[in-house]
Amino acid sequence: MKMSTVKTENAVAEAVAAAQGPLVVRAGGTRAVGRPVAGETLDVSGLSGVTLYEPGALTIVAQAGTPLTEIEATLAAENQRLAFEPYDLTGLLGTTGATTIGGILATNASGPRRIQAGAARDFALGVRFVDGAGNIVKNGGRVMKNVTGYDLVKLMCGSWGTLGVLTEVSLKVLPSVEAVTTLVIPGRTPAQAVAAMSAALGSPYEVSGAAWIDGAVWLRLEGFARSVDYRATALQDLLRAHGEVTRDEQADWTRVRDAGPLHRSEAVWRVSVKPGDGPALIATLPEGCDTMMDWGGGLIWVGQSGGDAAATHGTVQGTVAAMGGHATLIKGPDTLRAAVPVFQPESPGVAALSTALRARFDPRGILNPGLMAA
Amino acid sequence: MEMPVPDSAVLARKARVVERLRGVLPADAVIDDPAETRAYECDALTAYRCPPMVAVLPATTEEVSDVLRICHEEGVPVVPRGSGTSLAGGALPTADCVILGVARMNDVLDTDYDNRIIRVQTGRTNLSVTGAVESDGFFYAPDPSSQLACAIAGNIAMNSGGAHCLKYGVTTNNLMGVTLVQMDGTVVEIGGGHLDAGGLDLLGVICGSEGQLGVVTEATLRILHKPEGARPVLMGFDSAEVAGACVADIIKAGVLPVAIEFMDKMLIEVCEDFAKADYPMCEALLIVEVEGSEAEINDQLALITAIAKRHNPVALRESASAEESLRIWAGRKAAFSAIGRVSDYMCLDGTIPVSELPFVLRRIGEMSEKYGLPVGNVFHAGDGNMHPLICYDANKPGDLEICEEFGAEVLKLCVEVGGCLTGEHGVGIEKRDLMTHQYAPADLEAQMAVKDVFDAKWLLNPAKVFPLAVSEPRRSVPLAAE
Repeated sequence: MKMSTVKTENAVAEAVAAAQGPLVVRAGGTRAVGRPVAGETLDVSGLSGVTLYEPGALTIVAQAGTPLTEIEATLAAENQRLAFEPYDLTGLLGTTGATTIGGILATNASGPRRIQAGAARDFALGVRFVDGAGNIVKNGGRVMKNVTGYDLVKLMCGSWGTLGVLTEVSLKVLPSVEAVTTLVIPGRTPAQAVAAMSAALGSPYEVSGAAWIDGAVWLRLEGFARSVDYRATALQDLLRAHGEVTRDEQADWTRVRDAGPLHRSEAVWRVSVKPGDGPALIATLPEGCDTMMDWGGGLIWVGQSGGDAAATHGTVQGTVAAMGGHATLIKGPDTLRAAVPVFQPESPGVAALSTALRARFDPRGILNPGLMAA
Repeated sequence: MEMPVPDSAVLARKARVVERLRGVLPADAVIDDPAETRAYECDALTAYRCPPMVAVLPATTEEVSDVLRICHEEGVPVVPRGSGTSLAGGALPTADCVILGVARMNDVLDTDYDNRIIRVQTGRTNLSVTGAVESDGFFYAPDPSSQLACAIAGNIAMNSGGAHCLKYGVTTNNLMGVTLVQMDGTVVEIGGGHLDAGGLDLLGVICGSEGQLGVVTEATLRILHKPEGARPVLMGFDSAEVAGACVADIIKAGVLPVAIEFMDKMLIEVCEDFAKADYPMCEALLIVEVEGSEAEINDQLALITAIAKRHNPVALRESASAEESLRIWAGRKAAFSAIGRVSDYMCLDGTIPVSELPFVLRRIGEMSEKYGLPVGNVFHAGDGNMHPLICYDANKPGDLEICEEFGAEVLKLCVEVGGCLTGEHGVGIEKRDLMTHQYAPADLEAQMAVKDVFDAKWLLNPAKVFPLAVSEPRRSVPLAAE
């Protein structure tokens, strides 16, 4: 497979403009997700580096290929962080390479704190990108409030490189916290878990993570130490009817974030529904599926090994279509990913808009063509 | 501010358009008497007025769809209108347009505390969304100053913010789903009770598109449980520079207040006169609010006041009661009406990097001297969203033009220091012609491509957001209607 490596935005624009056929846009190469795309690889990992960081303004600007580890180290030096808790798919997908900030935004990758703080798209303040015709486009900026013109920043987040190649992103960051604790309620069914998580998330105690993992409910509290202690005690009282609630200072939330319990599953789906619909979705799954929930029940990770993954895929997307939401096949053999709609099929009205937008931003259909929708 | 010349062919079809609209709407929902259409001649940007050809007040998504389909077939421009509180002229009509008001669509459709969402018709006012859930301890977070009057439809169109968005985000961060009616009458459901988009984030681009992509008739909004308590502290400083440095230090200390508001001396005086909040008289006042339990509030305020004391405040006072807190916020939220009692004014809302606040405030002061117009400043300091209020005399010939020139210079400065033209009010007509200062032709072309997709004939609110010269080729395509 041919591969071109670029180091500047202008080089990206030239490479896209000169492309004779499909381009597979990649940086860290950690996300082998979506319908497999055949084409020349456009490697943008050379566009790397933090270009501006203003801790007092809670903003950072970086080139799209900047490794997440570099961003996190830069922020940690000022006791700040990316609040949306981006997940890392290397463990789940068995990929190597460095997760990049552009890849995170292009896939709107958000972890457990999404339910309190917002998604990657909510922290993206500005983008620069190269569209499918090779035009350099900027949108948004580096200030926290900006309604100047249309918000193409959101449109680019989660477009998986199908509308444009990100070259630079600016993000809102938040202070890190002094203390973290996790309340644990073991031995809960999915329905019991969602009931407990809903009670916690509907309280004033600012729960920053609500997951069901290995059969236990995990509820995370963060902030100043005294405040965390106060809220932990209050929440324990509130949840007494939901089972025995203990505190765990060592709970590893990266297992929730990165779907740790499902790393060995052959096929994995990531499903977003209304939290209350989580248990009903789980009930429709065939025997032998492994599941975990995040986002108070609104995010369900489903893993399967050895079963009929294509059939399970149809069941999951069909159930989700009826209840509202979306299911994405995050991990699966290439043959499966080529055979099924990896992303949730859209309603005809929405699909018409998405198709027309792709045709405008990428008129030749060369940017990751077919990755999201055939 | 220039507006397109009304299309005489459309005006000539008025009788037929009205008849067709009466065929799909109740009689009292179609307003074509010039004495009555005048009620829709402007929004809160009152310097510009133009009665529409017709105003309609549909009550359901189906009626909105019928209206848009008819206007699409007839080639009539449509200007959507929430409550008409836009400060940017977002709902300013043209003489050949149909104003589509959503005021009759104000029901709560579903309240779901387990999933922490509410579904409303978008004519409902911002504050009455909270009103529907506050007896159960919940609230809807975005709180624009006009929240008593402004409609959710307008909030979505402009991606409205508010004083408390430092912690809770703006409309786009709290909007989960919409029912959107496209210009040809097609109804699409986007998003819902679940988080994030499965495909392209259409919701993200619809929010803030100023009514140019479709008419949002229903919305699913995120609701939150109210905090146990909240308390503001007032901090007075003898210069804007010191206040700005204090803001940066608070943010860097890792404590994130729910709001950090700034007022200068002129605004302190008019707001005090209006609200009797006992604001300290000083050059620069900060209102910093924190939330939580009593103990949590005390801890956070101890940290914040310790930082403030390092900057030698001339006043430092915590609110002593819930009643005093209400007065403090009433004064801040009434800032625009308070200054409106003493002068005509134009309100800008450029956003700048917080670090540039002292420089930009100083430059605005110098411009005030140069143009001979007084200016007051009140704004969301935590996120750099400024609100310079330029005072002028609408009855004095030429004063409005001087004011606009002054405003344009301020907004260009905002862009030059790394900020933007508008942080929460929208572009409308007010900042339309300045868009080329922030965006290059390719940037505007990418945005207009989105409108092409949603509204190929450019009939929805067509004279807004983009400079007229830039959008002209798209707006002037001959329409198919006979």
